[in-house]
Amino acid sequence: MSDQSQTILEADGRKDSVELESVTIRFAGDSGDGMQLTGTQFTDAAAHLGNDLATLPDFPAEIRAPAGTTAGVSAFQLHFASCDIKTPGDDIDVLVAMNAAALKTNIADLKQGGILLVDEDGFHEKDLEKAGYTTNPLDDDKLKAFRVVKLDISANTVRAVEPSGVKGKNAARCKNFYTLGMMYWLYDRSPSPTQEWIKQKFGKKPEIAQANEFALLAGYNYCETVELFSTTYKVGKAPQVPGTYRRISGNEAAAMGFVAASVQSHTPLFLGSYPITPASDILQELAALKHFGVRTFQAEDEIAAICSAIGASFAGNLALTTTSGPGLCLKSEAINLAVMAELPLVIVDVQRGGPSTGLPTKTEQSDLLQALFGRNGDSPIPVIAAKTPSDCFWAALEAAKVAVEYMTPVLLLTDGYIANGAEPFRIPDISDLPKFEVRHPTDPATFKPYQRNLNGARPWAIPGTPGLEHRIGGLEKSSPSGNISYDPENHQRMTLERYEKIESVSSVVGKTFVEGSPEGDLLVISWGGTYGSVSSAVDRVLAAGKLKVGHVHLRWINPLPIDLQSVIGRYRKVLVPELNVGQLRLFLSGKFGLPMQGLGKVAGKPFKISELVTAIQKTVGA
Amino acid sequence: MIETTPTLPVLSKKDFVSDQQVKWCPGCGDYSILAALQTVLPKQGIARENFAIISGIGCSSRFPYYMDTYGFHTIHGRALAVATGVKAANPGLQVWVITGDGDGLSIGGNHLLHALRRNVDLKVILFNNEIYGLTKGQFSPTSAMGIKTKTSPMGSIDQPLSPLSVALSAGAGFVARTVDNDIKHLTSVLDAAAKFKGTAFVEVLQNCVIFNDGVYDPFYAPDTRKLNALYLEDGKPLTWANDTKGLYAKGFSIDAREMTDSDRSQVLVHDAKEESGTLAWTLSRFAFPEMPVPLGVFRSVERPTYDELMDGQIHAAQAAKGTGDLAKLLNSGFTWKV
Repeated sequence: MSDQSQTILEADGRKDSVELESVTIRFAGDSGDGMQLTGTQFTDAAAHLGNDLATLPDFPAEIRAPAGTTAGVSAFQLHFASCDIKTPGDDIDVLVAMNAAALKTNIADLKQGGILLVDEDGFHEKDLEKAGYTTNPLDDDKLKAFRVVKLDISANTVRAVEPSGVKGKNAARCKNFYTLGMMYWLYDRSPSPTQEWIKQKFGKKPEIAQANEFALLAGYNYCETVELFSTTYKVGKAPQVPGTYRRISGNEAAAMGFVAASVQSHTPLFLGSYPITPASDILQELAALKHFGVRTFQAEDEIAAICSAIGASFAGNLALTTTSGPGLCLKSEAINLAVMAELPLVIVDVQRGGPSTGLPTKTEQSDLLQALFGRNGDSPIPVIAAKTPSDCFWAALEAAKVAVEYMTPVLLLTDGYIANGAEPFRIPDISDLPKFEVRHPTDPATFKPYQRNLNGARPWAIPGTPGLEHRIGGLEKSSPSGNISYDPENHQRMTLERYEKIESVSSVVGKTFVEGSPEGDLLVISWGGTYGSVSSAVDRVLAAGKLKVGHVHLRWINPLPIDLQSVIGRYRKVLVPELNVGQLRLFLSGKFGLPMQGLGKVAGKPFKISELVTAIQKTVGA
Repeated sequence: MIETTPTLPVLSKKDFVSDQQVKWCPGCGDYSILAALQTVLPKQGIARENFAIISGIGCSSRFPYYMDTYGFHTIHGRALAVATGVKAANPGLQVWVITGDGDGLSIGGNHLLHALRRNVDLKVILFNNEIYGLTKGQFSPTSAMGIKTKTSPMGSIDQPLSPLSVALSAGAGFVARTVDNDIKHLTSVLDAAAKFKGTAFVEVLQNCVIFNDGVYDPFYAPDTRKLNALYLEDGKPLTWANDTKGLYAKGFSIDAREMTDSDRSQVLVHDAKEESGTLAWTLSRFAFPEMPVPLGVFRSVERPTYDELMDGQIHAAQAAKGTGDLAKLLNSGFTWKV
């Protein structure tokens, strides 16, 4: 093989280049095809060029479902743009399908006229059979709606990597880089950052590194040489606030947020957790940060996980437990122990499709009522929901701050969509992070275990402090001694005190922030990970100029902003879209006694902007 | 980490008595365990503020309220999980766990296994009265098969488990059994547990005067214990019944019989430090009345504790990477400027 595979061809053969505002690509293939890797590499390349971006990985619950079946399809969607974007995109402009099963499960989302790139090697008779096709879909007239590029990517890849000495299966495995090279050419980005990455990643296996690099460049050069696509596309820089950026997923952001909280409060972080999809990443991230003094305890079960965190909190650590829906069910009793003992604790629930085991790798927002009410007794706790992947950082910090300042468990809701999805994160200056002081009492003369401060919080006296020996527990306490009390009046008073303490968190929550029209036809109220879709939909409706629509996105759901009811009153109608059958709507209706329209989607996928636009128009018109 | 102060005040039992009225039933075995621990703790050379006592739910679990130390009365079965967090967060504390046969072996059985295998430096006292007391008399996981209770009117069909066999199988380093009516023995065993580095598991045979009174009488009353209890002493022959009976090896099993002058020298000798734990495990399987009831320290073998290993990893990570720098962490990986 000549040197051709090791260098990029000069782009003189390129005829046309079209400027686009935004593009959505989906890489889809078998679980073992490396689609997540291809997607993240393209994401970094987009970030490198200054595009705004949002990503959505979509992978099966099975680690390696039978190869070639629809159950084993793994996909990575990437939306990149020269304008501000808030979602990974609705319908897709480009679908890369590495086999028949990937085509079958993803073709419905490809726009009319969109580009479909397929690896013909994934469309042999047995591939078709595994995917459940009786005839080859590549011969189907229906594909005429798309710009289809058929290529034996596998065979091309094997040929391209031959000079590296890598052969057979290992050679074919490089096909994801070949595909990536093609996409780099098509969207006019340099493969060099990925070349660098390959060298670092496979430094210890120079053969494999070389093979992947050859594949990448071969894919790029192939497009250049054979004029496979008549035009290339440019997506320019997006206007962004100046600063240093990194790509961040919600789980990474949450982990960093808690480390930041630990640093800012000068309190060691303790995480008690049991692995569960899609929350395990937070445990994994923090387990690697021991040099921050972070203690991670992989417990024997969900209950031990939260109980260990409660023990660590009692001992004076900033305590955290992370889970998903089924785990939250198991933690209910222990959350109540923290409510009663009034100890700071953050519980992260990365929501997934439920009930029961449900859809472990798919997203949903259906744990809201459980978060708010899923415990015995009158047991209020603050609940905050992160709105984007990068907001998980800030929400984690805020949750920790409230937990400590109000001596209460705080529940942070994220979801599979923002936990695994990624976007650019403007790295904050340490000096811009909120500070919070942790005070542990030391004076035996004034110490009373349940004496409340202005926040309604009791003192956090930690074992090891001379003279402050005291006992706490799940039995009702008398105020302020903390001794056991079965007195009816005391229970009434303590129940109200606990309730009022949580209500007073509203001073942290602040006033309702309205985007769009401050009054008018419709108020859309959303929460959690649907922020991007809902906000984009409202923008789109407002841009059309006919309707007066406002948007309120709730981050704190308990307590609510104190002026929310009066804000709602300024609109004729209210629409509450959420990825469940109406949990926030039920909560708000109950609180305010107002009629509200719901839009519930429980398909394991986020909202499409288009379906929200339709719902907004319909609700106003109805 | 909290360092113990170099000059310690001289502590006595009264320093560990809280101002709360003890509310166990009159005659309950729990009283003597409370008194024993209040005697043992002042002698450990540890400042009072560095003790934490964690319990679950049940009669025994009211224990922390009566001790003037840091205490946490948690939820059913979960004391060990909470205590693990306390000890991991602050290895400078001496952490005691108070649990019962229901709390520790039924609802909390899972946590017991895992605390023991990890060897978290906790001192666990399991009050075994072979009955549920606080819920008023249902059979427990240690109740004898056939026992008639409110929930087993025709007799329990559950096979009981041996707390000590469970502990040894989970890899416990320190395993002991004592009784609530022999304060001297009780105190010495708790003292040995306090001094052991690692999870120390102590089963106390504790009489419930209301729902299971007299369950241990055949071998623990002052007159019967002389005949049927086998006191374990490290390095001493395994004999009982006023030194008339002894244990002999017989293939893979144990022969418990009268000693003769000629075979006295062949009696097995107790060795709590025996690495494999085979002898301890065999002793834990003894079922009365076919076999005597062993009391004392079955096994005492130290190994690194979970909390010190966790601390060690943190120090190793800090030595290798330097103490965490938040700005560096936030700016790690692929970044770009706008």
